[in-house]
Amino acid sequence: MNKFTYASVSTTDAAIAEMDEHDSPKFIAGGTNLLDLMKVNVENPDHLIDITQIAFNQIEATADGGLRLGALVTNADTAWNEEVEKRYPLLSKAILAGASPQLRNMATNGGNLMQRTRCYYFYDTATPCNKREPGSGCSAIGGYNRILAILGTSEHCIATHPSDMCVALVALGATINITGINGDRTIPITEFHRLPGDRPDLDNTLQAGDIVTSIDLPVQGFEKNYAYLKVRDRASYAFALVSVAAALTLEGNQIKEARLVLGGVAHKPWRSAEAEAALTHQEASVSTFEKAAAIALEGAKGYGDNTFKIELAKRAIVRALKQAAGLEEQA
Amino acid sequence: MINPREYIEPGSSWPLGHAVPDQPATHTVKLNINGQDVHLKIEPWVSLLDALREYIGLTGTKKGCDHGQCGACTVLVDGKRINSCLTLAVMKQGCEITTIEGLAKGDELHPMQEAFVEHDAYQCGYCTPGQICSAIGLINEGIANTRDEISELMSGNICRCGAYPHILDAIEQVKGVAGHE
Repeated sequence: MNKFTYASVSTTDAAIAEMDEHDSPKFIAGGTNLLDLMKVNVENPDHLIDITQIAFNQIEATADGGLRLGALVTNADTAWNEEVEKRYPLLSKAILAGASPQLRNMATNGGNLMQRTRCYYFYDTATPCNKREPGSGCSAIGGYNRILAILGTSEHCIATHPSDMCVALVALGATINITGINGDRTIPITEFHRLPGDRPDLDNTLQAGDIVTSIDLPVQGFEKNYAYLKVRDRASYAFALVSVAAALTLEGNQIKEARLVLGGVAHKPWRSAEAEAALTHQEASVSTFEKAAAIALEGAKGYGDNTFKIELAKRAIVRALKQAAGLEEQA
Repeated sequence: MINPREYIEPGSSWPLGHAVPDQPATHTVKLNINGQDVHLKIEPWVSLLDALREYIGLTGTKKGCDHGQCGACTVLVDGKRINSCLTLAVMKQGCEITTIEGLAKGDELHPMQEAFVEHDAYQCGYCTPGQICSAIGLINEGIANTRDEISELMSGNICRCGAYPHILDAIEQVKGVAGHE
């Protein structure tokens, strides 16, 4: 780890002011991903600004009846929050599918959004990586790429976003509240993360000095018909090969509304509007789900070691939708 | 136990013989460890794990992977289990930190320690301090009730020797005795 200076702040104004005074500053909260990356010299900030004393530590109702998750509330406190468990069980389930209890006690909601890829080559400073060193090349394309992306990739990067929480947040239609040099703004979570394109060094659309203050969940929580299915190399505490967040509203056996989002397959949580359209106003049946799964994976591209993920994702979608519709018990 | 010195001046030695750094980058930090205030002058990049082991001399907490993957460094902060290797000591001022050394009352072991001994819940013992702190954190959370749930919520602690069945036996016993079932 490189040497750095440290300051703790208690207001966003102070945090933004600290940003201006250093060459390569970083905000730190839970630190579970940042410190890990600093230990392998992938992140090398000259100054850490500790934002944990800023009051973004509440879960509270929003004016329109939704729920606001403070950016500094830990993943564990969010997953086990009574309102979240009752109204947004999909989110609880997704959070608890990720990391370990210790990490979830440290990691914050804002930090979960900011997680960086676990691509082996991104972590290995001895190899080229366009995300770590723009223009150096992608070692994963043509390299060992079993865990990497099959959708939305570019010739410059096939990294995946590692979060489980964010997959559920996309399915729930969350919005992200941000404060920064130019004031406050709110964006849909689908506009927070980005695809790699020719700038894989940029994970998201935040500008320098921006701070995520909270995440808003809309009223609709899909608490009756939901599933989060995570497929991984061991039963617990591993990143997803493929994960599926499925959420339905049903009227009898008819699907009124559907949300379908994949994790572990792209540079961002992968929501398939086309697959959702193929589910809407259809009968909740295996044949409907199989059609939707095929549509969701249209355009998927394997890179050799990860080609199995295309079929795996289709089967995971069918199973998750069966669970969400109550045709199969949730694991 | 913790070196009883209330404040260690720059230039003097820590219990393990490190020179106390005296640079502009150092921070004066007060940590509450096992009920005792400890004053340190440390650089901001010192992890809580390194502060415990290398600066304070509490070597019960183990360094395994140093990347939050194995759980050997698990300690309790305000009663919650965390990985001390992925935490900066400078960020834990004002918190109550409990390590494996702080669990027993004199010669009387903590019930979780007793249960680990009784059930032979270890082989080499390297992961054990982390397992025990994690298990106490699990009991504090009050979420896990079945053996499967305990197993899932202990997945952040790896045991290279594979003592998992006995570790689960020990935790189940303490949960039963504590009336959490």
